[in-house]
Amino acid sequence: MTDLLEPRAIGQSLVRRDGEQKVRGTATYAFETPVEHPAYAHPVQATIARGRVTAMDTAAAQALDGVLAVLTPFTAERLASVEDAEYAVLQSPDVAFRGQLIGVVVAETSEVARQAADAIAVTYAEQPHDSELRTDRPDLYAPEQVNAGHPTDVVDGDVEAAMRSAEVTVDHTYQTQMLHNNPIEPHATVALWEPGADVPLTLWDSTQGVHPDRAAVSEVFGLDEEQVRVVCPYVGGGFGSKGNPHANVMLTTMAARALPGRPVKLALTRQQMFFLTGYRTPTIQRMQLAADHRGRLQAIAIDVVEQTSKVKEFAEQTGVPTRMMYASPNRRSTHRLAPLDVPIPSWMRAPGECPGMFGPEVALDELAVELGIDPVRLRIVNEPEVDPDTGKPWSSRHLVECLRDGAHRFDWDSRGPGRRREGDWFVGCGVASSVYPTMRQATSTATVRHSNGRYTVEIGAADLGTGAWTILPQIAADALDADVADVEVRIGDTRYPTASVAGGSSGTNTWGSAIVQAAREFRGKYGADPRDGDEASGDVDQASPNEDHAAYAFGAQFAEVRVHADTGEIRLPRLLGVFACGRIINPRTARSQLIGGMTMGMSMALHENSVFDTRIGQVANHDLAEYHISVNADVQQIEAHWLDEHDPYVNVMGAKGIGEIGITGTAAAVVNAVHHATGVRVRSLPVTLDKLLPGLP
Amino acid sequence: MKPFAYAHPGDVAEAVRDVAAEPNAVFLAGGTNLVDHLKLGIATPDLVVDVRTLTSREVTDLPDGGLRLGAASTNSEVAADRRVRERYPVLAQALLAGATGQLRNMATTGGNPLQRTRCVYFGDVTTPCNKREPGSGCSAVGGYTRYLAVLGVPAALPDPTAPETCIATHPSDMAVALAALDAQVQVLGPAGTRTIPFGELHRLVGDDPSTDTTLEHGELITSIDLPPLPAGTRSSYRKVRDRASYAYALVSVAAVVSGDDVRIALGGVAHKPWRATRAEELLRGRPLTDHAVRAAMDAELAGAQPQPGVGGGNGFKIPLAARTVVATLRELTSEATR
Repeated sequence: MTDLLEPRAIGQSLVRRDGEQKVRGTATYAFETPVEHPAYAHPVQATIARGRVTAMDTAAAQALDGVLAVLTPFTAERLASVEDAEYAVLQSPDVAFRGQLIGVVVAETSEVARQAADAIAVTYAEQPHDSELRTDRPDLYAPEQVNAGHPTDVVDGDVEAAMRSAEVTVDHTYQTQMLHNNPIEPHATVALWEPGADVPLTLWDSTQGVHPDRAAVSEVFGLDEEQVRVVCPYVGGGFGSKGNPHANVMLTTMAARALPGRPVKLALTRQQMFFLTGYRTPTIQRMQLAADHRGRLQAIAIDVVEQTSKVKEFAEQTGVPTRMMYASPNRRSTHRLAPLDVPIPSWMRAPGECPGMFGPEVALDELAVELGIDPVRLRIVNEPEVDPDTGKPWSSRHLVECLRDGAHRFDWDSRGPGRRREGDWFVGCGVASSVYPTMRQATSTATVRHSNGRYTVEIGAADLGTGAWTILPQIAADALDADVADVEVRIGDTRYPTASVAGGSSGTNTWGSAIVQAAREFRGKYGADPRDGDEASGDVDQASPNEDHAAYAFGAQFAEVRVHADTGEIRLPRLLGVFACGRIINPRTARSQLIGGMTMGMSMALHENSVFDTRIGQVANHDLAEYHISVNADVQQIEAHWLDEHDPYVNVMGAKGIGEIGITGTAAAVVNAVHHATGVRVRSLPVTLDKLLPGLP
Repeated sequence: MKPFAYAHPGDVAEAVRDVAAEPNAVFLAGGTNLVDHLKLGIATPDLVVDVRTLTSREVTDLPDGGLRLGAASTNSEVAADRRVRERYPVLAQALLAGATGQLRNMATTGGNPLQRTRCVYFGDVTTPCNKREPGSGCSAVGGYTRYLAVLGVPAALPDPTAPETCIATHPSDMAVALAALDAQVQVLGPAGTRTIPFGELHRLVGDDPSTDTTLEHGELITSIDLPPLPAGTRSSYRKVRDRASYAYALVSVAAVVSGDDVRIALGGVAHKPWRATRAEELLRGRPLTDHAVRAAMDAELAGAQPQPGVGGGNGFKIPLAARTVVATLRELTSEATR
């Protein structure tokens, strides 16, 4: 138990401190950093999915006016560490996936760099590739663990026996699609290599964490961390794709090291991002539910098949939410990976929970239909008293309250039995639960310094557009018992104390805890009347302040859909979410986070789809004209609400983290609403009109 | 991306001469398609001749009661023109269904019908494409065909290695409306002026996938004329797409009903805007009941060829096209009797 901070600045809807700079266009993103006499880099990518580069004729490229350097696997420097295969750029002529980096051109202008990159003639020894995800592959394997350190398989009781004896069962396979993060700001880096300087390498990089970025780059290039500075005050969206640096950062650094003293800029094109910056693996989820006639689960099982690249393993923890969501005496969750000749999957908003709340939440809806029970009630009936996975009590769990409050706000009870027609449109409503674990990273430090009645707080945190610039001062102000206007927080630079990555919805929890610790150290040392220059620091040195409780945020999402009776077009008049995610630091930025997550979930439900052309091994629709993200016209009203939840176990702010929960469960709510509207059950995302047409009159 | 020369001549005659004299020259109007293609290496001209300020930007009345759309008039301007909205709602609706506000502010009457296919393989220079690189083959057959053709393609599954194979669709919404309106295209070329009926501007693939239109090299569209429509004519444009805005058509329908006469053009289904002439014949003089329209469209689509592929193929377009025409004509005729 922790005594929660008394909220004064916390809870206020303060406007974004960085808002005006962003609106005016004066906030500098990585690529726009003013640097002296920059050079521009353009990558060369493999156009085969597997094989070896046998030759690269760079003569024509090098002959172009303005070309400064051309690097290939045959000429590039040897890296100090190639332990992480993703970062081993230009270290070998082997090609592990189509689009892999095989060279870079640096030139006086970006146009010449691009022209020269196009002019390089590459010869390959091509080998057959295999990029098709199927459940009958003989090479499926169980990884040692899945993302975030979860066990690969968990079995409790006997699911098969329960399936045989239960009054009602559901046994279906659900599929989520391959998805790509598309932040508006592409992955971009400016690198400056000054061999004689105290800090020879400076990177202005679009990243979710300057310190993790620095750690990775230092290791790859064999530098001490003190020899590298990473700067990133603003990020135009990341969603996980900037959580780890990707190969483009190493390539830009390498290009800069080939041109000492000259800043080198590289921004990936939108098309290049579909090969190089990670993606959400497609998943195939076999769901089994067994229940008694009142809907009480006797068994719940999820068996997941998903993909990884052969060159580097990433195992999405898709089965993990099934382990803790609902009470059931018999439970099973497994993960199997298909190793393919494909780009490297990685983090995308709520890895694990996002795809992992699709199959189970649609299967529950199918069970509710089977039983003739209201799907809200079915979830309430299966509310567990303690965490079914660990047996620990909940730090706080208000899923039932979210479902009830949401049902009330949505007027759920008036939804009727289904297939209601209004003019040319079928109308229906669906519900699903949301969940996200409350996580704290083990390492972050903040300092507090006093000067002339004002406090400066420094921590190398990141604001991806989430609001950290604004809410960290609110936390600091309350921890210092100071006016928020007298607190300045500085983030986004490795010159500030170490901070963890903005990932796993852990930023506020981790950095906020470090700031509170620093503030308490400061007041403990200097009291209420400090002198100029007084300074103290505080650390977060443990991942969780309380190991005795299971800590999660919960939510419920309600969707109303309209399906056109002639064409099958789908529109979303209403999407409403109610969340229990601890204390809200700033309602204004929190609402944006939650609505943003729900929007991305709706986009997953209806639109986004990386169509992988397995014949050539690449995403066919690799730009924003063909990779569809939901637009305003698709939806009329999105609302996010939250309960006034007090959780004394998670941290001293009582905040659980809100960056990801909004995207979990949304797609299931939409699919369930489509079924309610049309009677068509879509088990494979996205829901598109061609999947509905055969079921329409 | 390749360097090119840029010219901004003083008048259209000079522009036509410039392009005609250079085999690898192109006209530049709004640039919403060409500039992307320059960056991506899809278009690699030696000379770009800017005509944006050379042709008329006006919408003017014609003596016969029709309208003349200057080639430089923007999609936004034409869509907002009161005469277009009142007399040719199908065109205003088609324009507003296309692209985004920003793009419509740039795209022009002359340029819009000449945009190239959105086939993803045409747009990716690392994959073979007979349209972009004649003879290299067609990557689309068996690939991502969701937005590709079901009409005007061979009855059997095409051979991806054959040089004549192409299953591209024409992406313009405006062109589908202009096809239904029997617009006339005014052209200036090295040999003088000529008029092309809109239905003859675009071509089917035939044995040459690389050529989208019947324009000769150096020919420039100077205006597009809308013929007058009989009193009581009703028209509308219905676009079915994967999201509600900023997406190309899966299927679109331009319908014009004048007395006994019905004109239907389909978008998103063929290499050119597809006039459903067989359905039109079957429906001429008959009540436009759902049943009759459905039967006429079934006849129109009898030769349609679904293209299988990654992500499920495009066979759904055939029933979708029929259903969308039924819905569009139902709405048009119910408006008329309201």
